[in-house]
Amino acid sequence: MDFLTDLFANPWVALGGKVLLVAVMVPLLALLLGFAELKLSAKMQARVGPYFAGGRWGWAQLIADGVKFFQKEDLIPEDADRPVFKMAPILVLMSTVALLVVIPFGPDLVFQDLSIGVFYALAISSIGTIGVLMAGWSSANKYSLMGGLRAAGQLIAYELPLVLAVVGVVIMAGTMSLSGIVEAQANAPIPYFIPQALGFAIFMIATLAELTRIPFDMPIAESELVMGFVTEYSGFRFLFFFLAEYANMFTMSAIAVTLFLGGYWLPGIPESTLAYAGPLILAAKVFLLVFAMIWFRWTFPRFREDQLQALAWKWLIPLALVNIVATAAFKVIF
Amino acid sequence: MTTIDADAVRHLAEAQVSVELQTEEMTLNIGPQHPSTHGVLRLVARVDGERAFDVTPVIGYMHRGYEKLSEVRTYPQITALINRIDWVSGYANEIPFVVAAEKLMELEVPERAQYIRLILTEMARISSHLMFLAAYPLELGAGTPLFFSLRERERVLDLIESVTGGRFHPNFNRIGGVKPAYGSGSTTRKQSQDLPAGFLAEASDAMARVDAVCDQIEDLVTGNEIILARTKGVGIIPREVVAAYGVSGPIMRASGVEFDLRKTENYLPYDRFDFEIPVGQNGDCWDRWWVRFQEVRQAVRIVQQAVDDIPPSGPLQAKVPKVIKVPAGETYVRAENPKGEMGYYLVSDGGQGPYRLKIRSASFSNISILPWILEGVLVPDIIAIMGSLDFVLGDVDR
Repeated sequence: MDFLTDLFANPWVALGGKVLLVAVMVPLLALLLGFAELKLSAKMQARVGPYFAGGRWGWAQLIADGVKFFQKEDLIPEDADRPVFKMAPILVLMSTVALLVVIPFGPDLVFQDLSIGVFYALAISSIGTIGVLMAGWSSANKYSLMGGLRAAGQLIAYELPLVLAVVGVVIMAGTMSLSGIVEAQANAPIPYFIPQALGFAIFMIATLAELTRIPFDMPIAESELVMGFVTEYSGFRFLFFFLAEYANMFTMSAIAVTLFLGGYWLPGIPESTLAYAGPLILAAKVFLLVFAMIWFRWTFPRFREDQLQALAWKWLIPLALVNIVATAAFKVIF
Repeated sequence: MTTIDADAVRHLAEAQVSVELQTEEMTLNIGPQHPSTHGVLRLVARVDGERAFDVTPVIGYMHRGYEKLSEVRTYPQITALINRIDWVSGYANEIPFVVAAEKLMELEVPERAQYIRLILTEMARISSHLMFLAAYPLELGAGTPLFFSLRERERVLDLIESVTGGRFHPNFNRIGGVKPAYGSGSTTRKQSQDLPAGFLAEASDAMARVDAVCDQIEDLVTGNEIILARTKGVGIIPREVVAAYGVSGPIMRASGVEFDLRKTENYLPYDRFDFEIPVGQNGDCWDRWWVRFQEVRQAVRIVQQAVDDIPPSGPLQAKVPKVIKVPAGETYVRAENPKGEMGYYLVSDGGQGPYRLKIRSASFSNISILPWILEGVLVPDIIAIMGSLDFVLGDVDR
């Protein structure tokens, strides 16, 4: 044990270990959530879902899919802007991986606690959309282009309510560090999602739009744009988009949980237990939100582009501003 | 006094010009291979961003020449062709053709055969409309209604299969009645093949289930704010335009025209049954959805009444010669098919096959309105409107 402690005391080894852990977590989370989506959607649609792969419950379905993607030819359209086309999926996945860094999984279990963690998370999460825009632009496909432009429009419209919804929490906690926010919630008399219910709702709606999931999946919109910005991607590059989509569901939900639902903290559980139960508590809360996302996806149709903009600018942003003013006034008065 | 810098003036002028962005217009080919074109329809859209200036449909990718083929086929052979016109309601396509031939031959079809035809026609209508109720929310992005709807459709198709032997292409009607014999050859005595045992009870049961799934779809779709936002006021077809383009069927009724060939023509004994014609008010996508939805319920009513009223026994086939020849003459028989008015203009010169068979198919006339209705709409609305017209490419191209 001493040997291990000494080894990880070396900052380079510790850094390497952290990087490796993040790199393993992303595909694992994507597989887990992807499988949850397959099975839950099947339940909602009176189907069985994956059944044969792996022998039982089709648990190996997504692994088999992944292996299949590896075998596919790596096709790049002749007219594509090759370097941009190749960069795009990497950028999309990178933003997800970078997001994981600031999420606190336990009292001391965070890859890197930043004093401006909230700011970092929101900034990094929008890099993915630049990747989407790059994918749409470089594919030399009209459907991809329209998908990419829709994604850009969506980012601008929904980044604002996302940021504004978080401001309320930051005011209440008095810190922008994600670990600090969790600690503030542990000491708060009432959980944040009650006074910040409006902010929480706005954050979740904007998150759905950021993740381009139904009812905001216009950048993909199978029935209109074939597959939107991923139309021309195949094989391994498509797998990158797939991994990013599901890993992003986890990270964005984890941020929502950290900001509004107390993160790894649960009332009545002592600090010493939280050290190792923290990740499980966080995961359980995240799965609640992910379940809601999957539920929405299989219940709602998609909005039209102009309706999405109207929702953001006419409803979410004014409501988020009202929320900020109310929270600030409350904080000043009491 | 304030002086305005000349540079600033020029800058302001430029800023004003740049507000009117010069955007390039793009030609977007939707189809022939596209998830929402229901087959091989191709739309050439001139779009500027999300706005389509005009849309030109290109048809003919599925032309199979059925009108010409009919001229070199005998009458009994033709039913095998024509149930491939609108394959989603294959059974309903056969009816107007055999009725046209029977009209020229002056045949009286036995009552039980007429009832069987009517029950299966209405089942074809239910299966076709359930397909629409499944596919339309999917085009708007909601995948789940599809599964509930298609499950019941499968039950109805199973029933059609149990009588006719085919799910999509029953080829069940004969001139003068329905499928007369399973024994063949000159030595076997021709025997009537009747409905399979228990069919009527199962049909009754299936209708109850279709009604139940309609309630579920109503819960899932009708109360859905996003569906309403996507369909209400989108793709309005006014009454006058309906007549100008020869649009028929549920699309016409959604625009407020109360006209149903089942009430006005007598190709099947619909006058004995009690059913209503659902009529929309605004002629938008939502009304078209709603009219088809209500028509499923009315079709369920008709089948339930027919199952109760059907004569318990009796011949299924009128007396016809071994080699069918239709006397010289011409006639037009039209019927209310799920997609709209389907008609056959049959010209006979007294031979074993028609001299000329003109097929008036519903989808062909219905999509002729596409360039008019898709002028200046948004790209997502192209899909919403196109889906609400509920066409089948086999019915367009024939």
